[in-house]
Amino acid sequence: MSRLGLIWANLFRRKTRAILTLFSLVVAFLLFVLLRTATELFTEGSGFAKPGVDRLIVVSKYSQIQSLPISALQRIAAVPGVQAVTHADWFGGIYQDSRNFFPIFPVKPRAWFDMYREHAIDPAHLEAFERTRAGAVAPAGLAERHGWRVGDKIPIQGDIYAKRDGSRLWEFDLVGLYQRADDGPEPLELLFQYDHFDEAKEYEQGQVGWFVVRIADSERAQETARAIDALFENSPDPTRTVTEAESMRQFMAQMGNIGLMMSGILGAVFFTILLLTGNTMMQALRERIPELAVLKTLGFADGAVAALVLGEALLLSLAGAALGVLGALAFAEVAGPALQQIVGAFEVAAHTLAEALAAALLLGLAAGAAPALSARRLAIVDALRGGR
Amino acid sequence: MLAQTFAVAAMNLRSLPSRLGSSSVILVGIAGVVTVLVALLAMAGGFQAALQRGGAPDRALALRGGANSEMVSQLSRETADIVSSLEGVLAASGELYVVADVPKRSNRQPANLVIRGLSQAAFDIRPEVRIVAGRSFKPGSRELIAGRSAAAEFLGIDLGASIELRDSRWTIVGLFEANGSAYETELWADLPLVQAAYRRGGSVGSVRVRAASAEAIADLIEQVRSDPRLDLEMISEAEFFRRQSEDMSRLITGFGYWVAAIMAIGALFAALNTMYTAVSARTLEIATLRALGFGAVPVVVSVMIEALALGLLGGLIGGGIAYLGFDGFTASTLNSESFSQIAFDFAVTPERLGLGLAWAAGLGLIGGLFPAVRAARLPIARGLQGE
Repeated sequence: MSRLGLIWANLFRRKTRAILTLFSLVVAFLLFVLLRTATELFTEGSGFAKPGVDRLIVVSKYSQIQSLPISALQRIAAVPGVQAVTHADWFGGIYQDSRNFFPIFPVKPRAWFDMYREHAIDPAHLEAFERTRAGAVAPAGLAERHGWRVGDKIPIQGDIYAKRDGSRLWEFDLVGLYQRADDGPEPLELLFQYDHFDEAKEYEQGQVGWFVVRIADSERAQETARAIDALFENSPDPTRTVTEAESMRQFMAQMGNIGLMMSGILGAVFFTILLLTGNTMMQALRERIPELAVLKTLGFADGAVAALVLGEALLLSLAGAALGVLGALAFAEVAGPALQQIVGAFEVAAHTLAEALAAALLLGLAAGAAPALSARRLAIVDALRGGR
Repeated sequence: MLAQTFAVAAMNLRSLPSRLGSSSVILVGIAGVVTVLVALLAMAGGFQAALQRGGAPDRALALRGGANSEMVSQLSRETADIVSSLEGVLAASGELYVVADVPKRSNRQPANLVIRGLSQAAFDIRPEVRIVAGRSFKPGSRELIAGRSAAAEFLGIDLGASIELRDSRWTIVGLFEANGSAYETELWADLPLVQAAYRRGGSVGSVRVRAASAEAIADLIEQVRSDPRLDLEMISEAEFFRRQSEDMSRLITGFGYWVAAIMAIGALFAALNTMYTAVSARTLEIATLRALGFGAVPVVVSVMIEALALGLLGGLIGGGIAYLGFDGFTASTLNSESFSQIAFDFAVTPERLGLGLAWAAGLGLIGGLFPAVRAARLPIARGLQGE
């Protein structure tokens, strides 16, 4: 019988206990991976988009809901280090039912896709988007969810913006689809023409929600941001410029203590389960130490017996962690789409898996070390006599 | 048989302290489940309560048609006047709702703080509002009063301090309370000055109205609905705040049940493990009892009573931790419906504690059932040999 086989046989010496312990571990690691992912999404907002390192977001200093004059665009474009500038706005809007929520932005078609190069669009679709006054393009995933096809009309009830004639029904012609070009989170926004928006809306002509700036050198992001804010410092519309990543973090930070609460729960839960399981494992190993004397009698060296005990603890905790992680990945696959509106794309990060692995190793070592040491020191005569 | 059951159960329970080490696994596991469940339900409930306390049955608000929050609503002065003169309106208050970026004390990150422009009528409509420090703002001057939670949660919102909003500085001259409602996470100021600072001309976001009774409010809503000339959304305060809190509290409640359920599975495995061990350690004892003539049922019941007692004890510990650690704990979050920060207190109520205890009892019973059956089915002869 091979070493591993021996460890395996030992592990299932008490089947019920081994299986129950294994399942406790599976649950602990399942929760760890899921909660860790959720907490991260809540604090970083990384499920919604991968921030571009070379992009800055310019919003009103007073509040992100305050609009800025579009005339600022030319002045921002002239700041040294700025490569490109475009803008967007939060349209709000309801498609059929408020439960169907998705973001809707009025944008300059070509400038937008030039800014977000990770979003791929068929050149013919982009051209149609530019040409069509009431045109809109949708992420392929969103179109699929609502069964839209290119050529369809999409009715949106404006909850923030009404049209000049007082009507709140905005009808867009779906002229194209777009999607993520790399493997980042899929985009969520329905995009329509800014020119059409600006002309049709009831008030606030010439205003935009925020500017997106691409800079030449991401190392100089802070300087460029300061230079932009300095331009408008004493104007009626002062700005606050931050990197895209910082802007997402600030928004998610508004969720406040919820992220903190989740980390707290995560820590408490994981720690408790590990403590309990580690304790059970340790007890199970200790109970069997006298048996190990038999192995020693058969000629197993001290080190080999200790390795056997430690190996058993490691095998159990690694197997539990592996199954728990698999369960979490399966959960992310199944429940991901339902969670998209809350936390964005629910994807388990590689470093979370690495953390789970490290925790499993640590647990195995912690639970196995003391019994392994006892096993190593075990005197055959004492053990066989039944005492210790 | 009943007497036997009592005898065995009492014996088990009396010997519990000597097995406390291994039994603590059940205690800790179940206490963890109950803590998380009760704390998250207290959070969801506290959030909902903070919003719902803002509503009174004899009040309603008018928003622009299609608007579902005060922020996105805009009503012209004329429309506001029409609302005030509707039949049945006893008092009306046009209010402007905007948000400003103000850093929070907790993380120094800017967050959305509500600035509400209003007039004296707003105080007449909301008798629950009380100035607890300083005084109210003077009409025509750039003064603010801050809700108790706004002062607690936001940096620089202190009595006597001044803050910059749009292009001017405003002084905080008073603090107010509003029955623990979401209004307490707001700054209030004189309507014309807020309109000027935010360049809104004479328009307001909403009009709050008070009527004689809840029935009068229902009549008002019907009156607006049946008049096609009015592009208005008249909604009772109760309904408005229910909609504002619905999504968030459902989200937290759902999250709480999910996490607690997964944890419960983990705790269940731990409980089963412990009870199996407890039963196998007492094989000889149980076999002796059976040999003395005790039936299988008393043995099963006694093991289950032990598990139930441990479960309930764990539940009490968990409930106690949730109560001591979280009851009244203040958190604040961005309510996506109103796009503003809402501070709220966790509310650990007897019903939530009861629910936690029910979960604890259920887990204890299930955790005890299988080991109990195994104990009872063990052949007596083998048991007496010691396994």
